[in-house]
Amino acid sequence: MSLTKKTGRRGSTHSIRAYIRTETFPTAFCPGCGHGILMGALLRAIDELELDFEKMLFVSGIGCSGWISSPYFAADTLHTPHGRPIAYATGAKLANPSLKVVVIGGDGDLASIGGNHLIHAARRNIEMTVICANNMIYGMTGGQVTPTTPTGAFTMTTPQGNPDRPFDLCKLVAGAGATYVARYSVYHIRPLIRALKKALTHPGFAFVEVLSSCPTQYGRRNRLGGPSQMLLYWKEKCLPLEKARRMSPEELEGKILIGEFVAPD
Amino acid sequence: MAKQIVKALDGAAAVAEAMRQIDPDVVAAYPITPQTAIVQTFSQFVADGLVGTEFIPVESEHAAMSACVGAAAAGGRVMTATAANGLALMWEVVYIAASMRLPIVMSVVNRALSAPLNIHCDHSDSMGARDSGWIQIFSENPQEAYDNTIQAIRIAEHPDVLLPVMSMQDGFITGHGVERVEVLEDQAVKDFIGEYTPKYSLLDIDNPKTFGAWAFYDYYFEFKRQQTEALSKVPKVVEEVGQEYGKLTGRYYGLFDPFEMDDAEIAIVVLSSAAGTARTVVRKLRKEGVKIGLLKPRLYRPFPGKEIVELLKDVKVVGVMDRSIAFGSIEGCGPLYLDICASFFTYGNGKAPKVVDYIFGLGGRDILPEQIEGMVRELIHIAETGEVKQVVGYLGLR
Ligand code: SF4
Repeated sequence: MSLTKKTGRRGSTHSIRAYIRTETFPTAFCPGCGHGILMGALLRAIDELELDFEKMLFVSGIGCSGWISSPYFAADTLHTPHGRPIAYATGAKLANPSLKVVVIGGDGDLASIGGNHLIHAARRNIEMTVICANNMIYGMTGGQVTPTTPTGAFTMTTPQGNPDRPFDLCKLVAGAGATYVARYSVYHIRPLIRALKKALTHPGFAFVEVLSSCPTQYGRRNRLGGPSQMLLYWKEKCLPLEKARRMSPEELEGKILIGEFVAPD
Repeated sequence: MAKQIVKALDGAAAVAEAMRQIDPDVVAAYPITPQTAIVQTFSQFVADGLVGTEFIPVESEHAAMSACVGAAAAGGRVMTATAANGLALMWEVVYIAASMRLPIVMSVVNRALSAPLNIHCDHSDSMGARDSGWIQIFSENPQEAYDNTIQAIRIAEHPDVLLPVMSMQDGFITGHGVERVEVLEDQAVKDFIGEYTPKYSLLDIDNPKTFGAWAFYDYYFEFKRQQTEALSKVPKVVEEVGQEYGKLTGRYYGLFDPFEMDDAEIAIVVLSSAAGTARTVVRKLRKEGVKIGLLKPRLYRPFPGKEIVELLKDVKVVGVMDRSIAFGSIEGCGPLYLDICASFFTYGNGKAPKVVDYIFGLGGRDILPEQIEGMVRELIHIAETGEVKQVVGYLGLR
């Protein structure tokens, strides 16, 4: 990325346009999809860090999340089969350690079919940033249940409510040995950008779970309202870790904890 | 003939409807793309209590086929559905299902394999599994997809066979194409397929069994020979089941579907939905006096080579249409072409027509009647001159 082309304040909307193949716009996302916000947050983090976009590789898999970087980012992007972006990224990083490797996948991609790659990459603490756009459903393919769909939630394949329990991805990845683990939603945009910046500069396996709105498949089925109501849903549902430490289990019932779960001192 | 109800169904819904009527014991599937609406429609039937099936939306296709193998080895009637990369991911277990002689029925909605990413129709997915030991049946339209799903249960579970069946239809063209489908009443389907009593099963605690154990150079070879032997019994069973199904529905099925072949000098051989387009072309050209016919294979594995040679031996030119490439094969031809050539070499008594291949429709590229007509003009030229300029051609390639 030649930075001479860039204009505007770092992290501004104007400034991040330089990272985008604007000729590929509009994106494939539905109106109000949280993935667009995540896409912006990631580019802002990269811009604010002044990373060399030419030395970055974005690896994505199948699902709406797979489109966040491919084909829109004007960088090297590798679009892989369902569930495999971390495995492909591992190969790329080993072959070319100077690359800054970023994986962007969905909950269906990284936690279901590709779950094994996720825990083993975390265990190896291989240096890469893995961003999981968790919309709690398979969005692109019609709204099927995923391993992060909350118990009782309605999906195409659980029309009577999901009988199973969801993964807590941050606990899973932390347990597997990741050395940076954070969770925010697309509502918590500033802390999210801060977390992405830390993840992108972390010298080990960094995992950021981003709760992302899918008004089309998840919101509609679970009567969460339109895009703006879904953002407010994240606001109400999420609770910062620091606050949660002072609360009783009863008060925490039904809340999603956000913050940094594992971070270097 | 049994009473039938006419419904407007796409190929995926037609298969889901057949699955509802079959009411298998277990369905394990990975429910997302490249999966089709089959599993999602079926999961609604499960939720509504319309079937007694245990349905497991597992975490990958590899897990789906693994769960199917477990359930079938435990004695259940087991079904699943997949497509494209989903089938590719199942690979390891696809072979195991056949080698363990488990009569699983899997609906495959044919879609292209990556890369580049594609979700549209071609046959590269199931063609890759053609040597896996499964029975493969191709359907032209939603009606055939429905009919073949029901017959597949009988074929798979036949005591002479005991092999899994893949029942194919074309992605989007058939899978998402709504057509008129005649549907049997539930009881008629249940009577036709009957109860399933597994010959060998786990959970038979008085007679414990071992499945999938070690067999090295001492016994492995014999297992494989037995699989070939079982496959050799399949064509007869397919024909018998097709006749019985015909008596029930008025729709008779055999190993293939010939059209205008009696006095044909030129023949087109093509699988699945493109046969419908080719039939229109044959009808048109027949009116113009061209002696042309169409052969649509239905049973692809085991390949009924002897019967196909019998049907094609008197034509001058055969134009095979392949919706996938057998990469690295002679001239980059397709798998159907290879099978037909091998059949003539084996059963043709030293005689064979000119056989040429046309690759078409990869990744969902449309095939148009004009393109098939263009191909036929080339076939006519070969028939007249005996001269083959190009063994493998391409239809609709930019
Ligand atoms: S289906 Fe959901 S996740 Fe996918 S683009 Fe639409 S809103 Fe976003």
